[in-house]
Amino acid sequence: MQTENMHVVSHKAIAKDTYELVLIGAMVSQMAPGQFVHVKVPSEAMLLRRPLSIAAISQDETTCTLIYRVDGAGTKALATLNEGAAVNVFGPLGSGFPLEAPSSGEALLIGGGIGVPPLYELGRRLRADGVKVTTVLGFATAEAVFYESEFAELGQVYVTTEDGSHGTKGFVTHAIEMHALNVEDIYMCGPRRMMQVVEGLYPKARGYASLEERMGCGIGACLACVCDRQEKGAGYAKVCSDGPVFPLGEVVL
Amino acid sequence: MSRLHVELPGLSMKNPIMPASGCFGYGREYARLYDLSCLGAVAVKGTTEAQKDGNPTPRVAETSSGMLNAIGLQNPGVEAVAAEELPWLAAYDTPILVNISGSTMEEYETVARTLSNRSETSAIELNISCPNVKKGGMAFGQDPALAEELTARVKAVSRQPVYVKLSPNVADPAALALAVERGGADGLSLINTLVGMRLDWKTGAPILANGAGGMSGPAVKPVAIRITHNVRQVTNLPIIGMGGISSPEDVIEFIRAGADTVAVGTANFSDPFVCPTLIEQLPAYLDELGASHIHDLQGKGAALL
Repeated sequence: MQTENMHVVSHKAIAKDTYELVLIGAMVSQMAPGQFVHVKVPSEAMLLRRPLSIAAISQDETTCTLIYRVDGAGTKALATLNEGAAVNVFGPLGSGFPLEAPSSGEALLIGGGIGVPPLYELGRRLRADGVKVTTVLGFATAEAVFYESEFAELGQVYVTTEDGSHGTKGFVTHAIEMHALNVEDIYMCGPRRMMQVVEGLYPKARGYASLEERMGCGIGACLACVCDRQEKGAGYAKVCSDGPVFPLGEVVL
Repeated sequence: MSRLHVELPGLSMKNPIMPASGCFGYGREYARLYDLSCLGAVAVKGTTEAQKDGNPTPRVAETSSGMLNAIGLQNPGVEAVAAEELPWLAAYDTPILVNISGSTMEEYETVARTLSNRSETSAIELNISCPNVKKGGMAFGQDPALAEELTARVKAVSRQPVYVKLSPNVADPAALALAVERGGADGLSLINTLVGMRLDWKTGAPILANGAGGMSGPAVKPVAIRITHNVRQVTNLPIIGMGGISSPEDVIEFIRAGADTVAVGTANFSDPFVCPTLIEQLPAYLDELGASHIHDLQGKGAALL
């Protein structure tokens, strides 16, 4: 956990308002799938760092890939960074996904929108360990879809769009039902509503959910990004430092 | 003696830099980044009698050169702080300024009595200015008579010096400062956050679940400097200055305004290493100004010269 001026290796739009930012730096050696980095926006007026999940890690090249959606002034400023530019990064932060092979031997990755990125490096690691990886990705429209072919290298991929402009029309759960996918071991990241529905439909599923929340410090000191624990009276969990990845059943999605 | 050393009631500080209450928890998280013994002091998270859950999320929102927070004093309660947090933090060689809060005068007394009896506590910071709780908090910091009475009651039960943290959300902060001085305050912390609000322009809904929140960061610094300067004209009490400090220039500006020492809050979120960095950078700034000690630069207040 440190701050470092990492440098932009490449930076490009990969879908509507969605950018893939590849950074090089020493910090990469400490990164694990499911962790995030706290990125300083190139603007004096914007104080708060932006928590961005790590989509891919290359130890050989000491690079990491971040994927983010332009959704406000901060990410808009971030999108102006050119190749070679320095970016101040604090990290790696948070707990990642456990990497033990799931007991069923199969992993179902369920990603929604800008929640898709952290599942990619996870999928690569699981696949490398011989786990059968199946992926369901949900997006709003065809132009929002990204990383379909990347996930296809890991196993079968099913894409859904809300308007039916690409893949199955509807939500991730429609694809899971339509193809009768194995939901014993799931790993998910996406809108809270998506994760609530999945958890409700498959209460016996084992696995993990990665959460997003507005953050301050990113290390558990400021208490900005809390979420409720499922156990009554157990109080809050901190998304940044207890998570962002939680075992299913631990926190209220 | 070091040119950065600052000696205040209860707080023997090797330098004038302390993290501000609420931005640093009880120190555990930042202790993973650097040795807390380098700090002039640590102001810990506000503590209430019972454990407190705080407000729903979202609890923070960014503003231009600032931020809003509405954490709502989430804390584990006085017993847990006394049993677990203070003994842990006391292992570091730095004074501990224990921030206390309450919704009634009796609660403030109970928390002050318990925590000021702890050997780990160097001084108490009496928070009468939290804008994010429904009961108590800032209400005690709005009315000079109430503020004076609460200060006197907390002073009566406290075994350690008491610094009263004042609100900028009043017409006349100097009147409040004089009131708590009459109540027996040993020092002042200036300033807490300014009440503010942000709305989603598409829906009209507040960004913070609490509606309003406390604004901090560089945007509030001119307000904090003016209040520090203003209060320094009317009292000789030690002042812990804070509000938007992120650079050595900011630290010196507060000292020039009349502060004895400073606290750094929001800047910890932009740069988690900001406190040790400021400590390292300050001597070169004193050199540039030809000051042998940081207090050579202190504004004394025109009326008190």
